[in-house]
Amino acid sequence: MARVIVDVMPKPEILDPQGKAVHGALPRLGFTAVTDVRQGKRFELEVPNVDDASLAEVHRIAETLLSNPVIEDFTVRVDA
Amino acid sequence: MRIGVVTFPGSLDDGDARRAVTLAGGEPVALWHGDHDLAGVDAVILPGGFSYGDYLRAGAIARFAPVMEQVIDAAMGGMPVLGICNGFQILCESHLLPGALIRNDHRTFVCRDQVLRVENTDTAWTRDFSAGQEITIPLKNGEGGYVASPDTIRELEESGRVVFRYVGVNPNGSLNDIAGVTNERGNVVGLMPHPEHAVEDLCGPGTDGLGLFTSVLERVLA
Repeated sequence: MARVIVDVMPKPEILDPQGKAVHGALPRLGFTAVTDVRQGKRFELEVPNVDDASLAEVHRIAETLLSNPVIEDFTVRVDA
Repeated sequence: MRIGVVTFPGSLDDGDARRAVTLAGGEPVALWHGDHDLAGVDAVILPGGFSYGDYLRAGAIARFAPVMEQVIDAAMGGMPVLGICNGFQILCESHLLPGALIRNDHRTFVCRDQVLRVENTDTAWTRDFSAGQEITIPLKNGEGGYVASPDTIRELEESGRVVFRYVGVNPNGSLNDIAGVTNERGNVVGLMPHPEHAVEDLCGPGTDGLGLFTSVLERVLA
């Protein structure tokens, strides 16, 4: 088995209220070094083996279901 | 006229939507998310709620429910389809309507009586309103911020496909104060506020919501 990681992030131009809420909480906890936070999702997909066909399928899964291309970008990578 | 109301796991407002259809003079037909046909209905309503728990994204999993295959086919063929709140999110996820709904910019759930302006009275669901009419219906959601690319927003504005606009206050950060939009054909309409909660004087802010449900009856009869 191998693991393929799909990271989904809100597009840069899309407002990210969750990231803003997290960022807003940091100064209250005494953390002052962070200037911005964006929150996304990580999916771990188990596949029997990593090859062009399975990676192509993961790409289709990512663009069809895991992300909404109107508001989100995704990346696919094989877990080392 | 038979108006189908789809119930997904997590739908909340399917009962009120069926009741609104009855009060408007139509015959409501309960449809189930796992159905593979639409039972011969003349129009479909996707109600509010939290289908599939809003897991992944609001509407993202409901969009692939078995019944949605039939709903999408029928909508492409011209059948009137109305999406309210979660139903609007499902229509956007289905690409029957452009854009997407994201978390409210102020990060809190909003529940209020909301004034809207009816901007397009040529759709299957808004014929009974007059252009520019202001109506008051409840709004209740956590993810009601309407967003789309600048090109899409421009196209919607230029082609008059913004159907409802928030008046007075923008309750969720929606671009251009957009509360509801339609497709090119005008048979598919989605909006975040809840017309089905404003159909009787006894409860809710009045009966301004009834117009959506009476509009479609005339459309179907015509």
